[in-house]
Amino acid sequence: MGIRILEDQCTGCGNCLPSCPFGCLELVENKAVIREGCTLCGACQEVCPCEAISIEREAASATSGIEKYRGVLVFAEQHRGRLKDCALELLGAGQKLAGTLHQELAAALLGSEVEALCPILFAHGADKVYLLEEEELEQYRTEPYADALSGVITQYKPSVVLFGATTTGRDLAPRIAARLRTGLTADCTGLEIEDQTGLLLQIRPAFGGNIMATIKCASHRPQMATVRPKVMKKPVPDLSRRGEMIRIDGRANSKSLRTRILQIIEAADEMVNLEEAEIVVSGGRGLEKAENFHLLEELASVLGGAVGASRAAVDAGWKPHPFQVGQTGKTVCPKLYIACGISGAIQHLVGMQTSDIVVAINKDPEAPILKVADLGIVGDLFQVVPAFTRVVRKLKGGETPRK
Amino acid sequence: MHVIVCVKQVPDTAEIKKVQINADTGTIVREGIPSILNPFDEYAVEEAVRIREKHGGKVTLLSMGPAQAEDALIKGLSMGADEAILLCDRAFAGSDTLATAYTLSAAIKKIGPFDLILCGQQAIDGDTGQVGPGLAENLQIPQVTYVNRIEIQGQEMRVRREVESGYEDLECGLPALLAVVKGINEPRIPAFSDLAEAMDKGIRTWALDDLMVDESRIGLKGSPTWVMGIWTPEVKRGGQIISDAPEEAAQKLAVFLSQRGILS
Repeated sequence: MGIRILEDQCTGCGNCLPSCPFGCLELVENKAVIREGCTLCGACQEVCPCEAISIEREAASATSGIEKYRGVLVFAEQHRGRLKDCALELLGAGQKLAGTLHQELAAALLGSEVEALCPILFAHGADKVYLLEEEELEQYRTEPYADALSGVITQYKPSVVLFGATTTGRDLAPRIAARLRTGLTADCTGLEIEDQTGLLLQIRPAFGGNIMATIKCASHRPQMATVRPKVMKKPVPDLSRRGEMIRIDGRANSKSLRTRILQIIEAADEMVNLEEAEIVVSGGRGLEKAENFHLLEELASVLGGAVGASRAAVDAGWKPHPFQVGQTGKTVCPKLYIACGISGAIQHLVGMQTSDIVVAINKDPEAPILKVADLGIVGDLFQVVPAFTRVVRKLKGGETPRK
Repeated sequence: MHVIVCVKQVPDTAEIKKVQINADTGTIVREGIPSILNPFDEYAVEEAVRIREKHGGKVTLLSMGPAQAEDALIKGLSMGADEAILLCDRAFAGSDTLATAYTLSAAIKKIGPFDLILCGQQAIDGDTGQVGPGLAENLQIPQVTYVNRIEIQGQEMRVRREVESGYEDLECGLPALLAVVKGINEPRIPAFSDLAEAMDKGIRTWALDDLMVDESRIGLKGSPTWVMGIWTPEVKRGGQIISDAPEEAAQKLAVFLSQRGILS
């Protein structure tokens, strides 16, 4: 372990004890002692008034030729010939990083007959697009995608590679990182370039959002991250922008196809893209029974949003698991989250607390959800929700929109 | 059918928050945070036990962590797993997901032939979901993540994957690695007698010397990612609370949202 307490300097003040997010410090005979579980995060070092904590990070077996890795590469995820929003968001984030580094921004586009998407990628900031068109790549499967994309990375050596933290990105990125033996940070909500070093600083929530961590990958390339959808801003497209398209053939290796897609079941509209919806209307135990979800479905429909559910509602069988928001379900960050009859257990909050605006409707004035709401309505959801649905319907029904 | 289930002991994050709110110090208080078997891994253990009940064979649990991670393995054994192995050595400390996947793959090679590896989709402390795919890559076997249904027929299986737009049904040969989500099953709650039985099953502990590994690829040394700093995010909310009659409340809500550019 690279962490030591310098016993001569430790005064046993105990300041470091509560600073440890992992509870690994204790005082033994008036000196701090580090127990198992330390991740060398450095939180204790920062609070120590006596500089009694020393951390030495051993140099890992670094990627060779690290200086050859340049530029930012974005995985341009598409589904059925349409780019996912997160691909454009990544271009926005990638453009800033590439700009700071004075390096280029590239996109890797994999699929079958997707060339028409290239101009969209250029318009959103890509300087180059690596286009891999093959039948095997029509629908996402781990192995052909991993083979194709790791081939591009090995050949073109980007310094940074970004993926959307979708079911695709979170399946593909760790497979590639393991193949290339490099670092990968999951679910980032912030990306920056470190001033002196030019390294990628990857900011992400951990412990269910209870703490935030900054992570870097100093001696391995590429520096890889998956980025949570909807956190980064989509750039304004510039349709006059042009770029260089580089077609790459024959990457997907058909012998590697050990999985076969039998069928794809597109779910009902209401369920689609809970994670991508701008507005989410969620229901919990307070809805009392499955049938009452229709109240939320009506509201979601007039708002143009999606319906979600708390764990309690899912465990009661009122909604299937794909609707669940929270720790063992989905993480959403819409512009507006309306929680109806949800008490707000921490397992729920971690799935929605990064929403721009949270509105809670609950009959219990003590419900924890009200503490995280921008607007809390203490009242009967069976009356408030239909009343609000009527108001929205009226507003949207041809009247001059209010500003 | 030999099923290996990779499990992790995690702090109960729900408890962390409670402690934090009470203390209101802006830091995580260490006392009284219980450790539990990662909830996603419970689904993986349950599924493995069901597969064994249907197809015969054996369920082996594998974990890496400090000695107290035995508690998580005991929980898994009490749910019906047959044996458990804990990788425990100071040399493994500080592993990121890449080093963890590599170390687990070395242990699995030592365990011997297997048909299926199950993991929980992610752990609730790190939420990365990266170890499963990394492990599959190290073992050069196919992977399917976000799995909510498994049907095994001979050396083939059909699995259903839960994705943003719905579901995908895939066919996949064995051996393979599957990462499962909630909704795949309802994990059993072990009885007290199961716990006693689990204690009798025992846990094997393997240290660095028990594995064939390249030492530059394990622990802190083998971890490309470093945590540079940790802080507690600001809780920005605590907005207004109203308790008007339903019609007025609905009107106020509409005005509130219009002022913020929604509904406009």
